Amino acid sequence: MSHHDSKSASPMQVATGDRAILPEGARTIPIYVMGKRYEVPETLTIMKAMEYAGFKFLRGAGCRGGICGACPTVYRKEGDYKLYFGLACQTVVEPNMYLAQIPFYPANRAKYDIEAISPVAETVHALYPELFRCVACNNCTKACPMGVEVLDYISAIKQGDLARAAHLSFDCIQCGMCASRCMGELPQYHVAQLVRRIYGKYIQPRAAHLEKRVAEIESGKYDAMLDALQKMSHEELEKLYKEREREPDMAPPGTWMPEDTQYL
Amino acid sequence: MKISYYPGCTLKTKARNLEDAAVASMAALGVDFQELERWNCCGAVHSLADDDLIHHVAPVRDLVRAMDQGSDKVVTLCSMCYNTLARANLLMRQDEVKRKTINDFMSEEKDYHGEVEVLHFLNFLRDHVGFDKVRERVKVPLNGLKVATYYGCTLVRPGNVAIEPPADRKLMAEFLEAIWASPVDFADATTCCGSYQVLANPDAALDVAARILESATRAGAEAVVLSCPLCEYSLARKQDELLQKNKISKDVPVFYFTQLLAAALGLGSEACRFDLSPRCSVELLKSKNYPIDAAVVGV
Repeated sequence: MSHHDSKSASPMQVATGDRAILPEGARTIPIYVMGKRYEVPETLTIMKAMEYAGFKFLRGAGCRGGICGACPTVYRKEGDYKLYFGLACQTVVEPNMYLAQIPFYPANRAKYDIEAISPVAETVHALYPELFRCVACNNCTKACPMGVEVLDYISAIKQGDLARAAHLSFDCIQCGMCASRCMGELPQYHVAQLVRRIYGKYIQPRAAHLEKRVAEIESGKYDAMLDALQKMSHEELEKLYKEREREPDMAPPGTWMPEDTQYL
Repeated sequence: MKISYYPGCTLKTKARNLEDAAVASMAALGVDFQELERWNCCGAVHSLADDDLIHHVAPVRDLVRAMDQGSDKVVTLCSMCYNTLARANLLMRQDEVKRKTINDFMSEEKDYHGEVEVLHFLNFLRDHVGFDKVRERVKVPLNGLKVATYYGCTLVRPGNVAIEPPADRKLMAEFLEAIWASPVDFADATTCCGSYQVLANPDAALDVAARILESATRAGAEAVVLSCPLCEYSLARKQDELLQKNKISKDVPVFYFTQLLAAALGLGSEACRFDLSPRCSVELLKSKNYPIDAAVVGV
């Protein structure tokens, strides 16, 4: 139910959703963007609130869905010494938050040839010796808007456990907030990316059934079937689709087989 | 009471021989020896600067992790990790002001007051497993193999975290006696191996390593036993260079104490990880009837 057809909600409780147009009666709150005060609708995300206030994102905005890592925001709250981090497209504004966008944070990325690399921890240690400047202060973890246990994956890399580091860093969106807060000046997110590349290429088990299927496709096994489909008329295709055999929704895995097995 | 094992980064990379032999030995003895699930670097070196608290955060965080995982005691194998963890623990127990500063800084963790006890594996063997039990379970008595007990610095310095009263020098000897080896005390048992100078002043590091090895040889030792990856680097991995430069007269087999334990318990050379110890001498053990190719008991 959108707020337009909501007759019962009182005007003061009306949610404005993520619209940048303020409906009548919607509450606004003060936020401070780079030190300047703006009154913005209370239910907007930081990104929408900034756009409402007149900012235009040329950089520092990407997917607007919380996964591209382009819009990290650093903010404080009134009367609280702590730093907070969030993605502008995901974090809802709070009264009296003091914020700034950090669309990019410089961090050196080592050069390597993933095809020629030796897939061991020592390779990562040699490419990123600053790993050993980590003092386990945990500022990286505290700065991560994705809740990644950054210190734990850095520790895993130092301990030589690349698989663990790849799994722990899986949600990283490369926003760079970890590096922005690091006492040891580590480029954590670049190190993690290298580790995931090594893991994906050399360590993670290959899916045997996938390789078999790729080989089948490359051998031309399915070419004739595709040709036949492409030559069908619209009506023939529709009929084929409607009459297709279909696995029952609740069939226990591995129990159902189609009667026509010529394509398996 | 729950005792957990804290490995340390080096044992997972360059010193797997120190770790694997210990883990296999504990399995053979039927002793519960579970690694902490979550841990970070121990900090490696205890900072002595009075106003430098940030370098205590790493070891304190490990102790908090141990507490979070329900452990009363953590056992270390590496001398450096032992030293750093034990000293940070002492600081958190004794220095109220620094404790508060560190706890405040680590506000995302539970406050820590030194609840966990830090043990070195040798103390764990003596006090929680028992040297008698070890002695009973020995399958390959080391037939009086003469072994120099090399402590290095960090097991015995400073005195308030020493694994035994520093003047005693009994613990390693008692351990070796439990596996039927003959401990050899020698003048340089607690001389620093030189690792702190290995980058800034490599010749000084070589000289002190040579002095330690020659001193052990003169005392009649057939091998040196130690518990620190840095000491192993200085005393074992640098031996080729020491021989080349005529700094030592003969090569000296070097073992981690856990490798001798595993060997005495009859574990195969795979469990003892002799493959990772360039200066250990399997031939020497063979002369004491250690079976090289087959394990006496399964791993």
